[in-house]
Amino acid sequence: MTSDNPENALQRTALHDTHVSSGGRMVPFGGWDMPVQYPSGILAEVKAVRTATGVFDVSHMGRLYISGPKATEFLDWVLTGSASTLRVGRARYCLICNEQGGVFDDTIFYRLAEDRYLLIPNAGNRPTVVAWFERWIEDRFPLGCNMDDVTESTGLIAFQGPGTLAAIDELADKPLSKIRPFSWTEGAINGAPVFAGRTGYTGEDGFEFMVQGPDIVKVWTTLTDSGAVPCGLGARDVLRLEAGLPLHGHEIDENITPIEAGLDRFVRPDGEYVGSGILRGQRENGVTRKLIGFTLPGRSAPRAGYALLHQGETIGSVTSGSYSPTLDTSIGMGYVLERYAETGATLDLDIRGRTSQVTIAELPFYKRSRNS
Amino acid sequence: MNSPDDRRYTAEHEWVMVEDAASKTAVAGITDYAQDQLGDIVYFELPKVGDAVAHLGKMGEVESVKAVSDLFSPVDGEVTEINEKLLDHPELVNEDPFGEGWLIKVAIGDVTAVDSLMSAQDYDAYTAGL
Repeated sequence: MTSDNPENALQRTALHDTHVSSGGRMVPFGGWDMPVQYPSGILAEVKAVRTATGVFDVSHMGRLYISGPKATEFLDWVLTGSASTLRVGRARYCLICNEQGGVFDDTIFYRLAEDRYLLIPNAGNRPTVVAWFERWIEDRFPLGCNMDDVTESTGLIAFQGPGTLAAIDELADKPLSKIRPFSWTEGAINGAPVFAGRTGYTGEDGFEFMVQGPDIVKVWTTLTDSGAVPCGLGARDVLRLEAGLPLHGHEIDENITPIEAGLDRFVRPDGEYVGSGILRGQRENGVTRKLIGFTLPGRSAPRAGYALLHQGETIGSVTSGSYSPTLDTSIGMGYVLERYAETGATLDLDIRGRTSQVTIAELPFYKRSRNS
Repeated sequence: MNSPDDRRYTAEHEWVMVEDAASKTAVAGITDYAQDQLGDIVYFELPKVGDAVAHLGKMGEVESVKAVSDLFSPVDGEVTEINEKLLDHPELVNEDPFGEGWLIKVAIGDVTAVDSLMSAQDYDAYTAGL
């Protein structure tokens, strides 16, 4: 995480050595050298998160503090979700859009105090988001809003799965399971102070822990020693896809709006903010393409870029796809012309020259039972 | 990694072993290195019995959770059998790539063609440099 690397070198998290020594297969992702899987493999890692507990190093994601008397007003301007109606102690998912309504990034932000927030951008988008925020702070909120990027001095661990609530109360200095979903609190794990949010990106219950610098190894080891299975980016991608969650660069990007992506509920219907005019127009008048989820029998997976066809005519393409071990079928997401985006309808998918019939499905593909 | 020295290898990470020199049949699969790089395998698209395959010609596809890769035949010949077990249990190739996880059997015209491929030692040196 130091800057003595050559310019193009991949950044490393404070857990890098831990990943390598436990057999993690390292790959470049968003400018970082990250584990895509551990020796047990992606399918076993997915199963651990769906049935027990899994742990992910997500330190490559950004951590930005936004503070000052104008912080709320600033966030209300650059985010599709409202900061002013978010209570201290709570968190919210929303989008960061450009003036055309295209998505620069999706994010979760936490209200830490009346005038202070923590915002998590994606790894590869952090430079774009930081530059975008700096521009608006300078233009509209030059006094009274400050941004502090602490990505390199902190780490982030996601602890996910149905077993996390019981497990965390054995490990933390206070019952962290008492906080509600999309809330945060502070505590300590094995003596290391953590900022704990009950958030995640897997479709399971769980937590994300922000930790100061080298403490992260202690927190990671405490969680894995408790039985949590270390999981890589490969499992994370399958889990988020099963849960119907978008990935920037696939389901959302600068040329796709949240309305097209079916993320209407994370977009304020009123108020003026960046992109609000176009988003309001799309909400009222409709859009020409829509994100769909679809399933196909078997295990051969749809992959990004494959064509979706209706009676021989290309009407869209795949943005993500995988074999879903949880549902034991292949699943995918993609964009099609809006008039074909009807749940239950069938389309053809071109898998490298082979045609497979797919059925449009409601998202998410997988929904955890909420009886806890 | 020590690949078995009873067979030959290609740079595309397939192996081939002459099963019966008299009837000129060979069995082929992918290497342990290949299955390890692929990760959890979920699907095979294999040629059909009777299909002609050509040395280093595409003969099918393998899909892991993360990626799709082409399969290339290590030899010229005609497919006489495919490993039907892989249709329901593609993970056999992860578990036992040189044994239970074989892919196809091929009738080959020239048994000596196999000898021109890489030895286990050469193949292991090759993968060590990748």
